[in-house]
Amino acid sequence: MMYPWIWRHLPGPAWAKVTMLVLAAAIVVLSLFEWVFPWIFEALPYQDQTVGDA
Amino acid sequence: MTVDSVPPFGEVVGAPTAAPSPRPRRGAADKGIALTGELLITAGVVLGLYVLWQLFYTDVQSERTQSAALEQVVFPEPAATPALTSSGAGAGEAGETSTPLEMIPDDLKVYSPAGAPVMAEPAEATTFAALWVPRWGSDYIKPVSEGTDRHTTLDRLGIGHYTDTAMPGEVGNFAIAGHRTTYGKPFTDINTLEVGDALVVQTDGAWYVYRVTSTQIVQPEQVEVIAPVPNQPGTAPTVASITLTSCHPRYSAEQRYIVHGELEYWAPAGHGYPQEVFDQS
Repeated sequence: MMYPWIWRHLPGPAWAKVTMLVLAAAIVVLSLFEWVFPWIFEALPYQDQTVGDA
Repeated sequence: MTVDSVPPFGEVVGAPTAAPSPRPRRGAADKGIALTGELLITAGVVLGLYVLWQLFYTDVQSERTQSAALEQVVFPEPAATPALTSSGAGAGEAGETSTPLEMIPDDLKVYSPAGAPVMAEPAEATTFAALWVPRWGSDYIKPVSEGTDRHTTLDRLGIGHYTDTAMPGEVGNFAIAGHRTTYGKPFTDINTLEVGDALVVQTDGAWYVYRVTSTQIVQPEQVEVIAPVPNQPGTAPTVASITLTSCHPRYSAEQRYIVHGELEYWAPAGHGYPQEVFDQS
């Protein structure tokens, strides 16, 4: 539903749409890696390697 | 074939027959199912990306930060893998011919913590030492920074020193923590350390060569492992110990893997490297 909708509403020929989608995906993945995931990780209790604060 | 000829996925859902045309009119329920499917697929991809990020990308980020931290502290002997001269090849920078690498002469080694320079505990998240572990390769040189706060130290600078435990060379227990996985994973191979292995700590003033004396696996709340005398809280220390703590088992935080060691000798900095850092154990 949403992906076909995006595809229909992007202008230009197919190769231009693909380029735009790849760029958008890259931006989404980078922002996830740089900001969203570190923020989520802070809140999770995994990976403590110290003694005493578990 | 052009991309145009591929029907966007999602459209297939709700097609009752194999006939490609005319496209059937889809009800609200079908659209809801299609949207749910897309959202689930997206969520799956995001979760997969999270795993990739945690296992690989945090290493990339932290290794960058950690080598930068190591470059900022200047020791008399560079905290970088020195080019071994036996290879002969000019591995030096700018075409310099490599001079024979200086080793600490025996008469400068002090086999007792007595008289060892003990630095004051620095501010949180300050890198003050380098840890060399020959068992993990002669290029294993990692910064040691003050504090065990995850956000400022362990997740960024790597190895963290438990505040208020002894400093390198000091009588007591020099206790440090590091990640077993992710964030540069400085202690990923902690389980490979064996009794007798050298743990070399380099500071601005001295080299401290510790030897592994024991390893143990404990529960996270067993803080006695970092007591001044390991596992004997309340006892006054007489020797300089070192304790490494990390997660156990790998990829879990269920328990802690602990490595204890004792100072074998120390030597003032500025007279070369300890032979131990080149010994392949």
